[in-house]
Amino acid sequence: MENVLVLENVKKAFGALKVTDDVSLTVPRGQALGIIGPNGAGKSTLFNLITGNILPDAGRVVLMGQDVTRAPAMKRVRMGVGRSFQIPQPFGGMTVFENLLTAAAFGRGLPEGQVSEDCADILLRIGLLPRANQLAGSLSLLDRKRLELGRAMATAPHLLLLDEIAGGLTEAECHALTDTIRALHGEGITIIWIEHVLHALNAVVERLLVLDFGRVIGLGAPDAIMASKEVREIYLGIEA
Amino acid sequence: MQAHVTTRTRASTIAAFAAIALILIGFALPAFASRVMIQDMFFILTMLMLAQLWNLIAGYGGMVSVGQQAFVGIGAYAMFGGVLIWGWDPVAAIILGGFAALALSVPMAFFAFRLHGAYFAIGTWVVAEVTRLLVAQWRALGGGTGTSLPRHVTANIWGVDWVADLFDVRQAAARDILAYWLALALCILTIGAIYWLLRSRTGLALAAVRDNDEAARSVGVDARRVKWMVFLAAGFMTGLVGALIYMQTARISPDAAFSVTTWTAYVIFIVVIGGIGRLEGPILGVLVFWGLQSAFADYGSWYLFALGVIAIVVMIFAPRGLWGLVADRTGLALFPVQRRLILPER
Ligand SMILES: Nc1ncnc2c1ncn2[C@@H]1O[C@H](COP(=O)(O)OP(=O)(O)O)[C@@H](O)[C@H]1O
Ligand SMILES: [Mg+2]
Repeated sequence: MENVLVLENVKKAFGALKVTDDVSLTVPRGQALGIIGPNGAGKSTLFNLITGNILPDAGRVVLMGQDVTRAPAMKRVRMGVGRSFQIPQPFGGMTVFENLLTAAAFGRGLPEGQVSEDCADILLRIGLLPRANQLAGSLSLLDRKRLELGRAMATAPHLLLLDEIAGGLTEAECHALTDTIRALHGEGITIIWIEHVLHALNAVVERLLVLDFGRVIGLGAPDAIMASKEVREIYLGIEA
Repeated sequence: MQAHVTTRTRASTIAAFAAIALILIGFALPAFASRVMIQDMFFILTMLMLAQLWNLIAGYGGMVSVGQQAFVGIGAYAMFGGVLIWGWDPVAAIILGGFAALALSVPMAFFAFRLHGAYFAIGTWVVAEVTRLLVAQWRALGGGTGTSLPRHVTANIWGVDWVADLFDVRQAAARDILAYWLALALCILTIGAIYWLLRSRTGLALAAVRDNDEAARSVGVDARRVKWMVFLAAGFMTGLVGALIYMQTARISPDAAFSVTTWTAYVIFIVVIGGIGRLEGPILGVLVFWGLQSAFADYGSWYLFALGVIAIVVMIFAPRGLWGLVADRTGLALFPVQRRLILPER
């Protein structure tokens, strides 16, 4: 099976702080991979390196078989990398629908007219259709999280990167979101999902990666990973 | 899903008809208006254009330039150069003003786009000052003291005789009418072009970049390209307006043509008072400004002080300007750009 993402010995430091320390990873098409690790472990930074929001100091980033190590974020979106931000970054002065429209038109490189119905479908799917014409800046936290997911979906990604999309939500809200993500996975979209809410994560992913101080300290089946001593030590304080 | 997208509102349909009527009245105005009124209208229209163009780059593009006087000045000087050195007709030479400003906006963008926030603003101002100092060295155009268009030139501008015959007025009044018509046409073109841009695909990109640069890149928007495009287009248009303004006054000096007070501070005042980031804002703002200008301009520095106080009060109590107040109360949008999703009735 073809690999959607390959990271080869990727390194990134902010000053003296090694945030990504020699990370290598291969994600085959259609897989759902979970990433866990304490705050500040470098999880979001890893996403930024994949999307091109920041460039690595060393190593290689390969997407769909193409070396994109120095390619700008814009180009990677067109190749099919969609992402949500940990802290929602809506286009606050635009409506919810326009947020999706922009993502669809530019992420796919298609005219507005060809993507507007698709955007309406996505809004229906994530439960934001009733708020379609509302300004995104006026949304609640839950709706902002939904919008992050919807906007990423609108770019028609092959690889979807979700950064703590369930954080801060109630049990029921989290459930609905997880269902949507599982459905996307069922459609064959490759997913990498950073999450602290482990039961949500484990309901979807087939493989789990553990990051600590920028290093991969565990990678494998979720059960095996959660049983390992190192991981339990890290997670003792996070989820009992 | 069956759905369609529209930007139209009832108010915008009415506004479109009102605009057509106003344009027709506008072109017919010289038939019944006094010369003073034509001059006032010229002032209003040219300031309105400068305000719309500043609003485009600052309000929509998030690029707060305080160096727009560079484009007014270089545009005006290029027009004078075309007339005095190459013997062009002043009306034709206006286009030179646009291209000179376009040429200047390239290095200004190269320099200023490396800077952010307050440094961007300062960067644009520095480029404008340097340009003023360089132009003041241009001996052929009067150096630091400036120069005038000679009478044989102003008397023979294309169309002046025709206008003088048509309305049975003297040449000086005919020149004002001609300048006014050009301003009206250019103003319609400017507002029309900006409105078209905002409703186009580029408008979506521009709004996204304004709201969140990083998120815009992350959905595939080429933020740099959009900013360049808008900055250059605004530079070109501002140069045309500068050339037109100085065709009407027929007298130029570096200090006046590159005045940061007149061509940037007043312009920012108009946009802030009226409402930034919307086309209606500068229209309302320029009328308020013109009212204040006609009533109080004789008070000199007290007038400037009062303008500053008014701007601060509006910024605190109505951060989206007077039009923002109107829009919040009534939901009115004369130039709607918002794409609304309309679902079929169930
Ligand atoms: N742009 C940046 N500049 C400097 N330091 C950064 C930057 N982005 C992240 N960091 C630092 O890198 C570390 C890892 O951050 P992050 O990747 O956000 O961790 P996580 O998502 O795992 O919580 C943190 O200590 C953070 O403060
Ligand atoms: Mg994070």
